[in-house]
Parts: sequence; C-alpha cells; structure tokens
Amino acid sequence: MDRRTWIYAWLMLLPALVFLIAFTHLPAVTTIIDSFWTTAKGRRASTFAGLGNYEKMLADPIFLKAMVNSAIYAAITIPASILLALGMALLVNRPFRGVGLVRMAFFTPTVLPLIAVANIWLFFYAPGFGLIDQIRLFFGLPSANYAGQPATALYSVAVVTIWKEAGFFMIFFLAALQTIPQSLREAAAIEGCSRWTFFRRVTLPLIMPTTLFVSVNAVINAFRLVDHVFVMTKGGPDSATMLLLYYIFETGFRFWDTAYAAALTVVLIAILFIAGIGQFLLVDRRVHYK
Amino acid sequence: MIRETLFDRILLRTAGALLALLWIVPLAYAVWAAFHPAAFEARFELLAPLTLDNFASAWSQAPFARYFLNTVLLVAMILGAQLVLCTLAAFAFARLEFPGKSVLFTLILMQLLVMPDILLVENYKTMRALGLVDTILAIGLPYFASGFAIFLLRQTFMTIPKELDEAARVEGCSLLGLLWRVYVPLGKPAMLAFALVSVSHHWNNFLWPLIITNSVETRPLTVGLSIFATTDSGTEWAVINAATLMTSAPLLIGFLLFQRQFVQSFMRAGIK
Repeated sequence: MDRRTWIYAWLMLLPALVFLIAFTHLPAVTTIIDSFWTTAKGRRASTFAGLGNYEKMLADPIFLKAMVNSAIYAAITIPASILLALGMALLVNRPFRGVGLVRMAFFTPTVLPLIAVANIWLFFYAPGFGLIDQIRLFFGLPSANYAGQPATALYSVAVVTIWKEAGFFMIFFLAALQTIPQSLREAAAIEGCSRWTFFRRVTLPLIMPTTLFVSVNAVINAFRLVDHVFVMTKGGPDSATMLLLYYIFETGFRFWDTAYAAALTVVLIAILFIAGIGQFLLVDRRVHYK
Repeated sequence: MIRETLFDRILLRTAGALLALLWIVPLAYAVWAAFHPAAFEARFELLAPLTLDNFASAWSQAPFARYFLNTVLLVAMILGAQLVLCTLAAFAFARLEFPGKSVLFTLILMQLLVMPDILLVENYKTMRALGLVDTILAIGLPYFASGFAIFLLRQTFMTIPKELDEAARVEGCSLLGLLWRVYVPLGKPAMLAFALVSVSHHWNNFLWPLIITNSVETRPLTVGLSIFATTDSGTEWAVINAATLMTSAPLLIGFLLFQRQFVQSFMRAGIK
C-alpha cells in the first residue's frame, strides 16, 4: 500500500472525524466520567462521588417514576404502532380507487414536526373545544381533560406518538410485502389456502426481518422522542408523563445539577446500546439491503 | 388468486376508509380551526365563513418571519456542511485503503446509536467553552458530521464500477478530481435522498435548539412555535393552529408535491 494514499485518506476523513469526536464520542466519554463526580456549586468545587449519583438515583422517586413511565410508554407505543403499521400496509398493498389518498393520510404525520403534532393534538384533546370533548358532551358525558389529568396523561401522550410513527413504519412493511413473490400466492390459491392461513404461514414469516427492524427503531424512538411532552404536559401533572430524556433535560437545565444529569444520561446511553446490540444480533443478518 | 368474497372486500374497504379517516381527523380539525373565525372553532357549519385572519394575527403576534429565516439558514448550513464532510469521508471509506479503516468506520457507525441529541449537558458545556451559546452555528455544529450520511454515501460509492476510476486516472485526474467528476455526479440520487431526510429532520428538531438558543435572533421555528403556543395569555386556539400549520407548511407542501421521493428517502434513511 502506498503511503500517499494513506495520507490522502486520513486528510479526507479528518474534518468529519473532528466533528464526530468533538460532539459525539468525547461528550459520551465525559458524560460517563462526570457521572462519578458531584456538581460544582458556587465556590464548592466538584468532588469525586464514586457511585453517589447512582445511589441517589435509586432513591429518587421521580427517577423511578420516569423509568416506570418510560416502560409503560414503550410497552404501549411499540406494539401498537407496529400492529397498526402492519395493518395499514396490508390495507394499501392492493390497488383500489383512492389508495393514494389513503396512503397519504397514513404517512402525512411523519413529515410534521413533533412540536406541531403536539399542538394539533392538544387542541384535539382540549376540554370544551376539542373534538373528543365535543363527542363526550354530545353523548351527555362530563367534560374531560385527557392530557391534563394524571390518570390519562401518559396514554394521551402515547397516542400522539403512535399517530406520528405508524405511517412511517408502514412504508417498511409495504416494501417488504411487495417483495413477496406472486408465485407463492398462486401456489396457495391452488392449494385452496385461506386468506388467514396464507397470512400466518407465508406473509408473516417473510416479513419477520422487517418486523424486527421496525421494533428496534420503535424501541429507540420510545426513549428518544420527547418533544411533544414539552408542549403537551411538561412531564406533569404530578410527574405522570415524566420520561427519562425529559427528566435529563429538567435535571440538567432547570436545576443545573449537571453531574446527576450525566448519570441519568449514562442510563439512557446504556438502554440505547442494548437496543443497538439487539439490532445487530437479530436484524442485520436477515435484512437484505436494496 | 386466493378467494376473495364480496364480504371480505367490503370489510377491508371499510376498515381502510375508517382508519384513514381516523388518521386525518386531528390534522383536519386543526385546519378547520385555522381557517375559520374563532367563533367556529368548535362549531361545524358547512357555510362558516373562511378567513386568513388567524394566520395574519399569528404572524404579527410573534416574530415568525425571523424564525423562518433562522430555520432556513440553519437547515441550509447543516446540509451544506454534511454534504461536503460526509462525501469526503465516504469516498475514503469506499475506495481507499489505509490503516485503521475498520476501527474508524465502527466509530462512525456508533453515532447512529448515541446521537448528539442525547448528550445535551456535555455539548452545552462545549458550546459555552467555545463562546457559541445562542448562535445558529451552535445549533448546527453537532450535526455536521453525520454517521448516517457517511454510511449511505459509502454504500452508494461502492456500487460505482472501479473501471471508471481507472479510466479517470489514466486521463490524469487527481483524487479530488475523480471524486468531483465521477463520484459526486453518480452519487446525486443518494445525496438528494439524504438531503430530504436531513432537511426535514433539522426543520423539525426541537430539544437541542431549545437548550442552546435564548433569543429571537437565533431561535428556529419549532422553538418559536412552542414558546408561542405555551405563553399562557389568552391566545386563541384558532391562532395557535394557524401558527402550527404555518410552521409545518413548507414540509407539508413539499411532501404533497414530491410524495414518492419523500417516502423513498425516508425509507432509505430507515434501512441503514
């Protein structure tokens, strides 16, 4: 190998690597280091805290609440958006009049900013004005504030996520469905196979890689997408919609407890890493690139 | 074909229509409220008067013109930087042999998992050290080197036949000349796909811009909108809805015009 090529290659990589290391790798490492120290306050310099921040975490009711909420949120949004996405893909994977419009209806939420989506839904939920409340009042039910009461707030946030995500996941299922060879359908028809049997025995196994791939993405999104919480509930009422990333924001930028925020970030990085390893082990081998 | 009874067909059609309706209703409701006087925001009358007043009052109540400018500058700056940096890096990974290649590539792929979006506190400290807090540059910097762009372009460049390289080199083309004359033109479809994803992602990005900006001169639309919508004053829903639609309009219109490209680009972005 010739040395000039090496130098060229490194020079070409240098600018991208500088930015990548400065804003991704280095901060990830310093986050881990900072999580073992205390936050400097006024004149008190930061001191080594060992596992102090992590012990604090286990005794912190809001952190525990945030973890439980994140788990519930993930447990609702992941299966619901995947099932709906698959349903949508099956529905629009056949020609009929208006199929383009239906696909568009499903996909449109994907291009909207999550902040805008949150506003749209906040209006939809609004007591007195919102369509949901209108329907409740029409049937003689009392007005309800879905996004504002502790019992339903987390679910109303989850619904928004599902609305935004399902159409995005649909396009992957649609692509997968279109790769199923027509000859399989014909063979199944000759065997007199029912629609349901065909779906269970042929379609489902064939789109399994896509399902896994979409699941991993849904897991990552469940921990990463919190923009709508800022507009809809701000983590409240009474921490009912406190999610991990939102709590990191509050700790770091409202209470300026940066060391504790670093420890919380380490938990988030760990979760994302586990999801990533899952993707590597389960999905990568079976998804074929186009 | 597998037997499809009339019943099946009616069932599927109805389910499809209902689901599509359900999906479009929240957006349609916001559109209704935005284009009608406040008195009609919860009353549905076919002949209710249409109006653009809500848009006008949203526009005048907050500096949306400035927010639009900030977002456009931000998105253009990020895309430009990403295309330059990532094309160079992707070419090196696709076509050159050098020591440390696989380690460096793994480092780049790691960014797909741990994005700068979650390293809020540390990146804020870096920006403060650089004296860049509350600048548009600071919003963009962490995204300049995109692991996804490098990966996507590397995949594309690897499909370009090597014979073209050799031909160009025989003609006396330098390495950069080769990249510019052969690889960039042939990589254009992938770059376009990436551009759509990058523009819509950064147009919609919220958390990092919220943290790093605190003045009208730097705030992008998403942050401006969230402030406009949450100031408790009695801003009417109709006006908030108008503002919401206004800030999403460029992407929404772009999507309606170039549906196919949007869907395909988003799909490529997903299948990393």
